[in-house]
Amino acid sequence: MNARIVVAGASMAGLRAAEQLRAAGWTGAITLVGDEPHMPYNRPPLSKEVLAGKAPFESLAFRPRASVADAEWRLGTRVVAARLAENIVEFDDGEALSYDGLVVATGMRPRRLRCPGPLAGRHTVRTIDDAQGLRQALTRPGARVVVVGGGFIGCEVAATAVALGAREVTVVDPLPLPMVGPLGELLARALLKRHEERGVRFALGTGVTGFTGDDHVTGVALGDGTVLPADVVVESVGSVANTEWLDGNGLDLSDGVLADEHLRVGGRPDVVAVGDVARFPNARYDGVPRRVEHWCIPTDTAKHAAKTLVAALTGTGHDLSPFAPLPTFWSDQHDFRLQSFGAPVLGKEDVRVLEGDLDGDVVVGYHAGGRLAGVVALGGQAAAAPASRYRAELLKQPALTA
Amino acid sequence: MKVVVDMNKCQDHGQCVFAAPDVFSMDDSGHLAYVSDPDDALRDEVEEAADVCPLQAIRLEG
Repeated sequence: MNARIVVAGASMAGLRAAEQLRAAGWTGAITLVGDEPHMPYNRPPLSKEVLAGKAPFESLAFRPRASVADAEWRLGTRVVAARLAENIVEFDDGEALSYDGLVVATGMRPRRLRCPGPLAGRHTVRTIDDAQGLRQALTRPGARVVVVGGGFIGCEVAATAVALGAREVTVVDPLPLPMVGPLGELLARALLKRHEERGVRFALGTGVTGFTGDDHVTGVALGDGTVLPADVVVESVGSVANTEWLDGNGLDLSDGVLADEHLRVGGRPDVVAVGDVARFPNARYDGVPRRVEHWCIPTDTAKHAAKTLVAALTGTGHDLSPFAPLPTFWSDQHDFRLQSFGAPVLGKEDVRVLEGDLDGDVVVGYHAGGRLAGVVALGGQAAAAPASRYRAELLKQPALTA
Repeated sequence: MKVVVDMNKCQDHGQCVFAAPDVFSMDDSGHLAYVSDPDDALRDEVEEAADVCPLQAIRLEG
């Protein structure tokens, strides 16, 4: 009998998991199940190049490694349930499939605002279909755009909307500064200034209470009583883990799926989690399990989880060191880039300018216990090069304990 | 093994440099340089570099 690993989720994390299973020596069957009709594609361009009309779908699709040419793809199919004790997953078409190993790679979906008002005109940016729909709305002449949420996606969409010639672009966020969560106050203030200089408006320290309009959004009502006129609303207010299909198995699903330091789920040797749905401890830091939504995480987790799973299924032993990725993220907005290495969020109380100045190209260091915990560069090419120098320094730092 | 980088796509993120420092590097102005015909022993490194390129600009041939 041919042994089978089922990969639940067929976006980047699922693809990378399949490839890494082969790299780790798995010769059995691999079945990938994904609810989107598309083969896996790259998401960062969705809020930038795709919205701007500069990237067709073909340029986004990943080229799978030759090693997974024989994998079975079930696209347009959702996994609706799992019985881990029986090694069975169930699909939305009623079929049940048994597995020897299971990879949880079902990712996230956008959180939506629960406010009164019409739905038409409200967008999210998670899938290629979302981005193409939003592009159509943004390219109507004279669009007035309200972006709810001043995080990565919100800031990128706002920048792209300005570049597309929208009449007004306003970012709404209950926090006092954009991206203040990951960046801290010093850099978030510099970011705000750069956005405002390029024509983005901000309504900060206030939330959305509802939407005006009958069939289609005409405005966004804020907690401070103002109503922003809007033809297009983009909701970028965080995400929700796609874990409902794992209900009933006694797992901790309070924020994604809890995994151990080898990315095993529920103490089982035959189930691992990869990508942004996985909540895992990072041995480089304080051991607190966290979900990480950075682009590099699907690849990093896939590599480690595949080794874990193949070792367990083939009985080849397990001498892995605990998972300890160095976090990295970037964000392109207007004509500048943010580039981060390490865990700035752990060092937000002690932030110092390491190179440059806040009005130009700058590298900022975040310190915890007097030690460098992360760096973020803001600016052009001249800022990115030194940031990668600090990456080497961060890799040498001993583990940061709570 | 032949390495091809689509320089129209490349945005100098440098992730490939971390993954395969024997094949990819950044010049003094922060732009990508690479060896187009590396030794086959570096295949794993190059595959990893292709995986971690945010623009998916790196391709292996042969």
